[in-house]
Amino acid sequence: MTDNWIEVCAANEIDEEDVIRFDHEGRTFAVYRSPDDEYFATDGLCTHEHIHLADGLVMDDIIECPKHNGRFNYKTGQAKGAPVCVNLKTYPVKVEAGNVFIAVV
Amino acid sequence: MKSIVIVGAGECGARAAFGLREKGYEGEITLIGAEPHLPYERPPLSKEGLVDAQGPKHVAELDRYQSARITVLTDAPVEGIDRGERTVRVADGRKLSYDRLLLATGAKPKSFPGQPENAPLVRVLRTHADAAAIRMKLAPGSTLAIIGGGFIGLELAATARKLGAEVVVLEGLPRVLSRGVPEEIAAVVAERHRLEGVDIRCNARIAGIEMREKRALIQLGDGDSLVADLVVVGIGAVPNTALAEAAGLVVDNGIAVDETLCTSDPNIFAAGDCCSFPLGHYGGRRIRLEAWRNAQDQGTLAAANLLGAAEPINSVPWFWSDQYDLTLQIAGLAEGAVTVVRRDLGDGAFILFHLDASGRLISASGIGKGNAVARDIRLAEMLIAAGKRPSPQALGSTETKLKALLAA
Repeated sequence: MTDNWIEVCAANEIDEEDVIRFDHEGRTFAVYRSPDDEYFATDGLCTHEHIHLADGLVMDDIIECPKHNGRFNYKTGQAKGAPVCVNLKTYPVKVEAGNVFIAVV
Repeated sequence: MKSIVIVGAGECGARAAFGLREKGYEGEITLIGAEPHLPYERPPLSKEGLVDAQGPKHVAELDRYQSARITVLTDAPVEGIDRGERTVRVADGRKLSYDRLLLATGAKPKSFPGQPENAPLVRVLRTHADAAAIRMKLAPGSTLAIIGGGFIGLELAATARKLGAEVVVLEGLPRVLSRGVPEEIAAVVAERHRLEGVDIRCNARIAGIEMREKRALIQLGDGDSLVADLVVVGIGAVPNTALAEAAGLVVDNGIAVDETLCTSDPNIFAAGDCCSFPLGHYGGRRIRLEAWRNAQDQGTLAAANLLGAAEPINSVPWFWSDQYDLTLQIAGLAEGAVTVVRRDLGDGAFILFHLDASGRLISASGIGKGNAVARDIRLAEMLIAAGKRPSPQALGSTETKLKALLAA
């Protein structure tokens, strides 16, 4: 899977405790920077009603969907209760030379 | 405790049922609904659900109830509660015993004086069956008359336009969305509807509705009249309190509950649209909410409190509405505000913050395309819950991140 590293953006283009949307070859991802300065990536759409999670709010290790407040742990993808019950898929992330890459599989 | 019965299989009742298992309760759970469906989400009924014309969007599928050992009774109206023997009586004659009972009976659409009964061309929108009946009448060339310019009416107007129908909205007050939506935001919504071809008539009086063959003739108070293929009445809802009243529970604009959702009977709780409750963040003011998020929050809280947690209601009212590509979100209650601050987010999106005389943030209302206002409204909700007094200057400037105000 290490062949599939895709460059997302410069690491400083994502604020701490924030998220951006990243579209690649017809797919959409959400890429996060945690309060402790680590980077993570998940599928970009909420598993409840296909809303872009990047419009939502990041608090600690939780992303909250902007539409109906479905919550996920963006580090593990785990759904944290109603209205969401299906986990988010997560993707490997690395930072190299100041840029963020995700492994799209 | 061996048996918990939940009357009302909507969002709130379903949430409570699952919440009981999440809290570790091992006894019986029976969730009883009057409709023929598993609990489903009502918000889509006036929106995309009406366009899709699919079955109802279930809160959870049957296997999840089965694995959580929740018995769901559908098509089962409850006819009475015997508080002495702690039983509820279902229409088919069954009697179910409870140790604790949750009433999540919801609300039903209001009708106006003189509204024709059992008239297939004069409908309300509350259930999947209502939506399906309305859907059949919406097509290019048909005319829909909506009585009431509130959330339901305007969401339906937007959806009906999408389906090609002509739409007239008759609102009795001088403007649409007069309940709980600031005028500046309601004006954006009304303007968009006009651009989409909806005929909004404010200050309208309905003098009467007559059936003319396959159409309805609406006589207006000003002597004008209009003909429609379907009339939908969306003028608010009243709480379903009949069961509670018959059982002698205290009712006050809804089944009256304390801050833990407990009714005047310590074994009976009520939650969601059907109950009125004291709202801590607003000085204990007694209110009733008809909102999806409230149904969820109170369902979850009721589960904890049915098991004895005695946790108080601590959430901030939150609503949303989707019309065309616009989303409106409101957190808090603006009544009593003395200061209003506008924050412009670009591309026409903006938020109005309402502060009380002490400078406390009490409400935030936003509108914009897609989810443009969602993140800031969510942060505003947290600022309200935290009792913050942010400076109006900071609220008005996008230079200041709301998250920073929360930490301050």
